[in-house]
Amino acid sequence: MPPPRPPARGGRGSHRLRLALLAAALLATVVGSLAIGAGHVPLGRVLSGVFSPDGGSRAELIVHELRLPRTLLGIAVGMALGLAGAVMQALTRNPLAEPGLLGVNGGAALAVVLVIAATRADDVLVCVWAAFAGAAGAAALVYLIGARGRGGAAPARLVLAGAAVNAVSSALTAGVMLLTPHTFGGFRFWQVGSLGGREMPVLLRVLPFIAAGTVLALLLARPLNALGMGDDAGRALGSRPGRTRVLGAAAVVLLCGSATAAAGPIAFLGLAVPFIVRTAVGPDQRLVLPYSLLLAPVLLLGADIIGRVSAPGELETGIVTAFLGAPLFAVMVRRGRTRDL
Amino acid sequence: MTRLRAEDLTLAYEKRVVAERLGVQIPDGSFTVIVGPNACGKSTLLRALARLLRPREGTVYLDGDPIGALAPKRLARRLGLLPQSPLTPEGITVGDLVARGRYPHQSLLRQWSREDEAAVTEAMEAVGVTGLADRVVDELSGGQRQRVRLALVLAQRTGILLLDEPTTYLDIAHQIEVLDLCARLHEEGRTLVAVLHDLNHACRYATHLIAMRGGEVLAEGPPAEIVTAELVERVFGLPCRVIADPETATPLIVPAGRRRTLTAENL
Repeated sequence: MPPPRPPARGGRGSHRLRLALLAAALLATVVGSLAIGAGHVPLGRVLSGVFSPDGGSRAELIVHELRLPRTLLGIAVGMALGLAGAVMQALTRNPLAEPGLLGVNGGAALAVVLVIAATRADDVLVCVWAAFAGAAGAAALVYLIGARGRGGAAPARLVLAGAAVNAVSSALTAGVMLLTPHTFGGFRFWQVGSLGGREMPVLLRVLPFIAAGTVLALLLARPLNALGMGDDAGRALGSRPGRTRVLGAAAVVLLCGSATAAAGPIAFLGLAVPFIVRTAVGPDQRLVLPYSLLLAPVLLLGADIIGRVSAPGELETGIVTAFLGAPLFAVMVRRGRTRDL
Repeated sequence: MTRLRAEDLTLAYEKRVVAERLGVQIPDGSFTVIVGPNACGKSTLLRALARLLRPREGTVYLDGDPIGALAPKRLARRLGLLPQSPLTPEGITVGDLVARGRYPHQSLLRQWSREDEAAVTEAMEAVGVTGLADRVVDELSGGQRQRVRLALVLAQRTGILLLDEPTTYLDIAHQIEVLDLCARLHEEGRTLVAVLHDLNHACRYATHLIAMRGGEVLAEGPPAEIVTAELVERVFGLPCRVIADPETATPLIVPAGRRRTLTAENL
């Protein structure tokens, strides 16, 4: 058994407890997400709806056919976005970097629009694959542009290349939509960012990618720590900054690409969650990554629940996260010092 | 036999060649200091010795192995480097930062061992920052921060330490404090290689001096044997006198007075 580290360096026990509490909060949000919504479902029916939907009552059907897939998708998308944001901020050494910075969102949107324009179909599954391909393509392009020249893929250059690719792809997206009006309707729904209306098959398609991205990201915690000390110091410690960046970017594309493909671009979560986590636990990625992984789905499901009950129809999740998250985040930034990485 | 040596190095950034056919040997157990005017290639040489810069030609050898062939972590267990301007993750505590020096000794399967703990404790004690372990690094003074960074490199437990301008940005008192600390680390048996700007500091602390200009080594050896007014003029283009340091009897460079010199009238 390894000896306990002094409290100054982590206090492992206390982190274990806090992570357990966060996991409990996630469980509570999941129960809320299954139980709360437009159609009233008594708590007792929630459980039977999840595990034995054959009872056939309307309440059980709501839980099993609508809320369960939506909740599972929320967990997966939330985890993916929180983790992708944490990795992205560590890679760029920028405390306010967003996972979409690598061009992922812009590329995904462009690909979806092109597919809808070309096929006149708005099959969700086709959109998922298109979005994923677009995200990966854009990220590869950003990497190729950013890695050219002296010093390789320096963070600032990656961010600039990402901004450029995002700008170009959103211009193209707008152009395609203006030329082919029929794409607008199908795209609009995808673009808002929503957990509702996506069926179980969508989740199953993206799940392997999210799982792979999650494992990859968590394995990168220590190399990302080394990267945070600068390329020279990191290399002097025996890490390989170039390799860390490539693997980190791959994790971001897997995670953010699948989340965006499944639920559309959900603003803000990937930016705010790791930021909030760092204010609480400091800059050690071995803590930042798991905390972000657990906190993000709590917030996303919370936003989704609020969206369900706040409006007579229903508010899209992406709108709620932006509406609630932005002011909250502004307050946090003003209060605490911005922590660098 | 020297553990660390370089042969026939051609060092270049992009198109600009900094040094050609450069060879140096770092005597084992020495406190070697590399001096020279700005842009003479001294930091570039240090970067090549630490494998931060891949030489265009030539080879750096560590214990007889070309360092280019060593696995990064294996190299980092034998050779430590304090870079010129390392980044400090904001909000990190002293203890956490020093603990990151254990990176090359850890792996997925071997996360945090008793030996890691001992190395970190020992490193913090060696530079006198044990009492600061819980403090946030950003809040420390420049001198304290430099000691913490030294502790990080010490926690690596390498026999050879490379220091790239360890006294830059420090006031004179903290410069001496850091150099005294380096001298003690040297006395404890480590080989130190430092790039320093201040020639007088170099003469006082080095056991082996390497004087460079324009990518070439003009002289090397113990300061007392090689530092003369002629050498200083050749290396820096500075007319001067070299006298014995009244404190340590090492060479002390006094730049020639160009505006006011000592005459019978102003004496």
